[in-house]
Amino acid sequence: MISITNLSKVYNGVSVLNIEELKIEKGQAIGLVGNNGAGKTTLFSLLLDLIQPTTGYILSNDIKVSESEDWKPFTSAFVDESFLIGYLTPEEYFYFIGELRGQNKADIDALIASYSDFFNGEAVGQKKYLRDLSKGNQKKVGIIASLIGNPEVVILDEPFANLDPSTQIRLKKIIKGLADDPNTTVLVSSHDLQHVTEVAQRVVLLEKGKVMMDKVKTSGTFAELEGYFKGISESYAPTAAISEEE
Amino acid sequence: MIKQFINLEWKSFFRSAAFKKNLAFKIFLGFFALLLILEFAAVGAGSFFLIEDGIEDGAITGTDPFQVVNRFLIYWFAADLGYRYMLQKMPVANIRPLLYLPFSKSKIVKYALGKTLLSFFNLLPAFFFVPFSIVLLVQGYNPVGVISWHLAAVFITLSINFLNIFMNNMDKVFYPMLVILVGLGILQRYEIYDITQHTEPVFSFFYDQPWSFVIPLLIAASLAYFAYGYFLKQLYLDTGLKSKAKEATTEDLSFLNRFGSISTYLKNDIKLIKRNKRAKMTFIMGFLIVFYGLFFMSGQFGNYGKVFAGIFATGGFLFSFGGLVPSWDSSYYKLMMSQNIPYRDFLMSKWWLMVIATAVSTVLATFYLYFGWDWWFAILAGAAYNIGFNSSVVLLGGAYVKTPIDLMSSKKAFGDSKAFNAKTFLLIIPKMLLPVGIYALFGETLGSNYGFIAIAVTGVLGLLFRNKIFTLIEKIYKTEKYDTIAAYAQKD
Repeated sequence: MISITNLSKVYNGVSVLNIEELKIEKGQAIGLVGNNGAGKTTLFSLLLDLIQPTTGYILSNDIKVSESEDWKPFTSAFVDESFLIGYLTPEEYFYFIGELRGQNKADIDALIASYSDFFNGEAVGQKKYLRDLSKGNQKKVGIIASLIGNPEVVILDEPFANLDPSTQIRLKKIIKGLADDPNTTVLVSSHDLQHVTEVAQRVVLLEKGKVMMDKVKTSGTFAELEGYFKGISESYAPTAAISEEE
Repeated sequence: MIKQFINLEWKSFFRSAAFKKNLAFKIFLGFFALLLILEFAAVGAGSFFLIEDGIEDGAITGTDPFQVVNRFLIYWFAADLGYRYMLQKMPVANIRPLLYLPFSKSKIVKYALGKTLLSFFNLLPAFFFVPFSIVLLVQGYNPVGVISWHLAAVFITLSINFLNIFMNNMDKVFYPMLVILVGLGILQRYEIYDITQHTEPVFSFFYDQPWSFVIPLLIAASLAYFAYGYFLKQLYLDTGLKSKAKEATTEDLSFLNRFGSISTYLKNDIKLIKRNKRAKMTFIMGFLIVFYGLFFMSGQFGNYGKVFAGIFATGGFLFSFGGLVPSWDSSYYKLMMSQNIPYRDFLMSKWWLMVIATAVSTVLATFYLYFGWDWWFAILAGAAYNIGFNSSVVLLGGAYVKTPIDLMSSKKAFGDSKAFNAKTFLLIIPKMLLPVGIYALFGETLGSNYGFIAIAVTGVLGLLFRNKIFTLIEKIYKTEKYDTIAAYAQKD
């Protein structure tokens, strides 16, 4: 479904992403983890052709994303608030995305109704524009909008951040549902190792732009990830101690 | 602590996005600011003599320029209050991060109020009052009286400054007041009722009784005191520092579905204009430009003036809205670029919007018929040129505009200096000068009507080649795409 070859991104001589090869099968659910600056958002931006790769390319369904726009009809994403149109109400936003994805108003109304437990009586039907909603409710709208029109590739950057506990639990259910769908490829990033290991079928760990771990999830994955990140934080500790002594 | 505040101000000023321009542009901007200041000063100094001439000619009724100024001063201060209300906002945005720092609340309020004192709105009147007062002194008016009068003017200006703090978001008070003032102006113009009869003695009083400047001083001081108290009470995130949210309204725009695939974007654009201050202001301005042609009525520019007027009067919206085209969608540009939206449809919807607006402007401009058939032909030729040719050229220029637009602020509705760059500037040639050139070529040789026809024909030709031009524009938009996304991601 998605294949990444020799992909790199360099800003002012500093390499922020460098992936030699990464293949994602159709229907797989990938969890992407990594510290700040690991290159998660860079990778997503490259997948959506929002930035240009320095070298290499990404094929999505055999379409080179940096050269053709044909990947757009089957791909959808929610990366940050710049995916929301602030002056629309949530419903209008859903209708807008729906029209772009060939859905009629009734389809969208049905979709909104089916996710009513996710919205939990907030966000929709509030006579508020998106720009006046709280961060968490904005996020809910963005996530649900990315599911409109049964896309084959769904990209969600840190979907769990800013969400309340009940919504996190519901979102896990939604993403698991997508993961079980053999037609939908999901890419989810998160700082919460527990969430990622719970929803993903395969976990990719990025560190300073490189893939450091790439494993199909097993019961030991969470401990493995935790061990890895603990190792990183400890490797910095001695230097801090030395500078304190001076 | 004050040092910290000054340090903050200094950084916010010099690190603002507007300042990160190239040197040539800064000089250009500085030059214009200087020009504006000089103009005001010249008006201040020259107005005394201008009015004196006017009185001698009988154009202005009155005995003494000073007295005439005192009569109209009420309108000056009304205008001052009016444009402050619309443009000067309390600097609340900078206050939020200070709230939970170890500053006492009264210090924060004093800082915010002190900041309004230094605003451009308080400085600008000085450029009129200072030179005018100096002229009064030179002309032999009583120095003590002049100083008292001058101080009174300064304190009234300051009172207005503080008054404006209370007036934020009081549309219900403001607009009726505006109507009353305009009404009074009209009544005075037609000599039915003259309010200045009653206000002129007030301002003369400050001159006649040199102690009397104390009155506006006391008013300003008490307003400052009330503003302080008012502000102190408002210093909570859910009261004064809250950004106002209007209740959302939705409207049925399904009648636009006849435009097919682009109707989705067209509906969105209409909501964009309706629901965002900045876009709304641009929209209104665009239509007010219909009257721009009246400036060319004096006839000294001959038919060239008519050509210009035709382009402007019908193309106001086209230039003001269209010139910033991708930027209107800047806050959600990533969505537009990754959603299932072919570039061409996105551009095409903007094109239709401009064409519709130009057509409406043309209908509105029918009143030019009153001034003669020539004017009407010029308007029609301008409309054809705008629809056929300029609509594409404007989109071409837009590809190079990389200034994000903050939809919610109305501040820069009168033109965004940052959207100004060499490439968009060069495009003025085909937009404005080419039709004049065409007129020169055909109008001068074959007669004025042929000139107008030639302009219209160029527009029709543009329409025929529209798809070719669009392919070119699409290509440029695609190559500029990554730079544009990066630029839009930057916040002011």
